[in-house]
Amino acid sequence: MAGTISRIHHASGHRRLAVTEPLPVRLLLIVIALLFLGLVLVVPLAAVFSEALRKGMAAYGAALIDPDAIAAIKLTLLTAAIAVPLNLVFGVSAAWAIAKFQFRGKNLLITLIDLPFAVSPVISGLIYVLLFGAHGWMGPWLQERDIQIIFAVPGIVLATIFVTFPFVARELIPLMESQGTDEEESAMVLGANGWQTFFRVTLPNIKWGLLYGVILCNARAMGEFGAVSVVSGHIRGLTNTMPLHVEILYNEYNFVAAFAVASLLAALALLTLVIKNIIEWKAHRDAAPRPEPGEHPA
Amino acid sequence: MSIQAKNITKTFGSFVALNNVSIDFPSGQLVALLGPSGSGKTTLLRIISGLEAADGGSIYFDGEDATHRNAKDRRVGFVFQHYALFRHMTVFDNIAFGLTVKPRRDRPSKADIRDRVFSLLKLVQLDWLATRYPSQLSGGQRQRVALARALAVEPKVLLLDEPFGALDAKVRKELRRWLRRLHDEIHVTSVFVTHDVEEALEVADVIVVMNNGGIEQIGTPEEVCTRPATPFVREFLSDVDLDAVQERRQRELATPIQLASPV
Repeated sequence: MAGTISRIHHASGHRRLAVTEPLPVRLLLIVIALLFLGLVLVVPLAAVFSEALRKGMAAYGAALIDPDAIAAIKLTLLTAAIAVPLNLVFGVSAAWAIAKFQFRGKNLLITLIDLPFAVSPVISGLIYVLLFGAHGWMGPWLQERDIQIIFAVPGIVLATIFVTFPFVARELIPLMESQGTDEEESAMVLGANGWQTFFRVTLPNIKWGLLYGVILCNARAMGEFGAVSVVSGHIRGLTNTMPLHVEILYNEYNFVAAFAVASLLAALALLTLVIKNIIEWKAHRDAAPRPEPGEHPA
Repeated sequence: MSIQAKNITKTFGSFVALNNVSIDFPSGQLVALLGPSGSGKTTLLRIISGLEAADGGSIYFDGEDATHRNAKDRRVGFVFQHYALFRHMTVFDNIAFGLTVKPRRDRPSKADIRDRVFSLLKLVQLDWLATRYPSQLSGGQRQRVALARALAVEPKVLLLDEPFGALDAKVRKELRRWLRRLHDEIHVTSVFVTHDVEEALEVADVIVVMNNGGIEQIGTPEEVCTRPATPFVREFLSDVDLDAVQERRQRELATPIQLASPV
């Protein structure tokens, strides 16, 4: 912002823009922002990687191919592989319904979608224990049928789905609302059925927003700690996801291994940011008008 | 194809958009639904197209009850005020859309679709823009593409919702003359919505004056001007110089159309 403003200032000669601050103020603001970012974000991120590599690449590699670590990575991937597609379908359906139709209870649905953001993840985990645990409401029924949900993979998947389900819907609702229903109506009048309208008109218009939501949803699904911690039971090699595995290793003073696994999660976060930026850039490029030489749009 | 609306009623909450409206649109004519905003003209158009369902009443196409037919099965062409082109498709793909979504057995071959799209592009004088995206076109060009897209499926009825409302005055005048001439060529039953009295008088065969969800008068431009049926019609058309409009209409329709491109 400061850069943009000062450039405009120079370009327009000696005219002073009303929003321009004196140089010292601008510098102060930039320095405060950078210091804060460095202290809160960059230093911890660097610490993760430096701790992980403190005893060299061999120790780092060994921590990652440890059977329990591999089991944790596999479980994390499995959880995300189930939770993300389900939330993709749910998010698109919910956003479609909310943005394109008027119906009773719409505001309630919007509020419910936000619920996981409002509730502490630990509480959402506890709700599942209360529902499906041995002493929970459905506990006896499940035990009779020998179905284990809490302290097993289904519980972890359920808790992850709950925590991550707003991401896709929240990303799409404002986008779809701003696009309106004109193009869908055009498609219908031209003879397209529901599927054709969705896949050929709606989906291409929301693809970048959708991808963005999926990326965020995936990052959260893989990184979720609180809710999963409550329902997991922390059984090594069986019900530990990567964040839980990091906690166990850390509590055992096995710092190199803990930070090695943590570095994978940090790398995932960085990758998410890179993809997010690429998506934003592409979406922006698609949205921008593309006038060609000789063209004079009225 | 003729269109009949019988006792159409539509409310939005407590607002009565259409109050027991009955009207016949004879085959092959260009009809203007004229009225102030909120008079129900766009709602009537959307009910004919199937985009909106009436609370009561029936719609007949050529005497056949079409009230419960889906928008996609009504074979109407619809042109939206803000064009509603598919923004991620080229002009070519936009116009071809109606043909490519047909069930496989009715779908023309790729080559036929191509020929049809290019003949439509020629018709709207935009064949040099086939590979552009809607965002690269001017308003007038977009509206002509929207018209070509609507005509691609050979609709039996063409419905236009304030087709020139979003265009600037010069382009609007050129395009409405062009629409009149296009209609004289293809003779598809057409209904267009407008709140612009001059536009209705200049273009339409028949004018339907609407107000407060009801029809005030149906007649030729001359009839509604010289023999207004209600005080509302008299008031609404009071500023118009009919002779000047008719003279202009004669003159403009006599001369070959010159669409300054790009419009």
